[in-house]
Amino acid sequence: MTLFKADNLAINFGGIKAVDGVSFDVQKGQVFTIIGPNGAGKTTVFNLISRIYNPTEGKLFFEGNDITEVAPHNIANLGIARTFQNIELFEHATVLHNLLLGRHAHRSGNLASQMLFLPSQRKAELAHREKVEHVIDFLDLQHYRDTYIVNLPYGARKVVELARALCTEPKLLLLDEPSSGLNTEETEDMAFWIHDIRNELGITVLMVEHDMTLVNEVSDRVLALNYGRVLALGTPSEVQSHPEVVKAYLGG
Amino acid sequence: MRFFFKTDYNQDINLFRDGVDRFWYGLLIAVLLVAPFLLEDFWLGEISYVFILAIVGIGLMILTGYTGQVSLGHAAFLGIGAYTHSVLLTMGVPFWISIPVATLLSAVIGALIGRPALKLTGVYLAIATLAFAFIIEQILIRWEHVTGGFKGFPVPRPEVLGVGLVDDVPFYYICFGALVLAVLAALNLLRSPTGRAFVAIRDSEIAAQSMGVNLAAYKTMAFSISAGFTGFGGTLFAHKIGYLAPDAFNILLSIQLLLMVVVGGLGSLHGAIYGAIFVGSLPQLIAILRDYLPESVARQPGLEPGIFGLILVFFILFEPLGIYGRWLKVKLYFSLFPLYKKATFKRQKTYTKSERNR
Repeated sequence: MTLFKADNLAINFGGIKAVDGVSFDVQKGQVFTIIGPNGAGKTTVFNLISRIYNPTEGKLFFEGNDITEVAPHNIANLGIARTFQNIELFEHATVLHNLLLGRHAHRSGNLASQMLFLPSQRKAELAHREKVEHVIDFLDLQHYRDTYIVNLPYGARKVVELARALCTEPKLLLLDEPSSGLNTEETEDMAFWIHDIRNELGITVLMVEHDMTLVNEVSDRVLALNYGRVLALGTPSEVQSHPEVVKAYLGG
Repeated sequence: MRFFFKTDYNQDINLFRDGVDRFWYGLLIAVLLVAPFLLEDFWLGEISYVFILAIVGIGLMILTGYTGQVSLGHAAFLGIGAYTHSVLLTMGVPFWISIPVATLLSAVIGALIGRPALKLTGVYLAIATLAFAFIIEQILIRWEHVTGGFKGFPVPRPEVLGVGLVDDVPFYYICFGALVLAVLAALNLLRSPTGRAFVAIRDSEIAAQSMGVNLAAYKTMAFSISAGFTGFGGTLFAHKIGYLAPDAFNILLSIQLLLMVVVGGLGSLHGAIYGAIFVGSLPQLIAILRDYLPESVARQPGLEPGIFGLILVFFILFEPLGIYGRWLKVKLYFSLFPLYKKATFKRQKTYTKSERNR
């Protein structure tokens, strides 16, 4: 079943065609990876999906609905969560606070009931906390629960960002370079988690990644981009041996 | 050193962490409740003034400290609250009705200002709010048949059952009650989804947005709530100054309010209160200081704003976390006593941030 579909997606920044006629579809339960050299337009595709940019052309479909016009803050409500290449956490807040913000799409109660902190509000907070604790358990973050983000090492921040995205209970998870800046061991952990996210939590993953070991380990389908155009689409091994892809990476 | 052993999620939600906290805050409230029996009226007046400033400080803290939006125009909201309340009192509206009405009106105007202002960030927002404050000041001057123009008008002194509500002791209790209400409302807000969304906007707008926070709506809400608190403080402020004239709500007051939250410590309610104590007692300190200065300096009209500005600069340079931040450091020093390392709070540069999507 097709969960997400990009149809002839294109965006121009001035005269530069950052993404130019990209089409692909992600099946439910897949790990779908986008690869490509620097500046190929991978993150731009992500920003188009999270509706930070408006596409010049093309359409986005999620669960069969057209989401090309959906407001960026409603994307999370639909069940699409993301992480960022350069980590965008709430730095002057604790890990717990960051994860609870991940529950924002599931909030309840109006402003008045929040200001009075009615019993219903407390109940809702406790329910959110329980969901957050499941994610904390899942990603082994117990140790960092009350730590401020500014005091966290880079590797841990990466995991917290993943955790925050999981707290939204997404159907589709967008991971922008989950392994960048991580050491080998941390990258292996990440690979296990991506496996578990798909197999245990049943979340479809769309990711941008450079580390080919990680790509081979977890991906079902790979899309190679260069200069905003699709070079190849297929299984990891098919894409890696595709002559156009080899040319883009090695020149010639 | 105290260790917090957590066995229940409620412990992270409750207002007080444990019995020790409950004891100290309880003691503070008890002391403040019996203060009128121990202190002279002059001091009660000063403390009431600090309470009022603290309410306004909480309002500005929500906007500047928690949502990260700087406002140089909060004196205007204070003015709107004060004038609305006083005009309504003059028209014969009861005290207990005119306060909520004035508060609501401030909140509504705050929302109207917030809506266009949220397109701006940083220094541009500060300029826009500053301009707004000038506009309100002009309205207060020109709308003579309501506001009394330049001359202004005396604030009525309401009575209930023969007791003057704004006499020293009753007014002290009213201000104290108002502050407690404001603190509770702010604390509840901050432990709810809305407060978390404010902090999220402050730290990373793009991440907040992709977690489902409607930036426009929440920034407007922050403006509105902040203006509401400030207007609420304004209603009491009117009684404190006793006579309303537009020049009481000028740019200097806005700067004092901003000074209050920065000096107190951005991003904490404690900071708003410490800042209020500081700003409330500063004019007295400057008055004392004047006696020791050479006459040519002491008689300069710009002395007070000059000292305010200087203090603001020193705090931003040397203690950006404000009085509350310093207090946390002192506390840590004693709780770790012989083991405290000098480098514990050394400021670190982070290199992990680059090309943010703003």
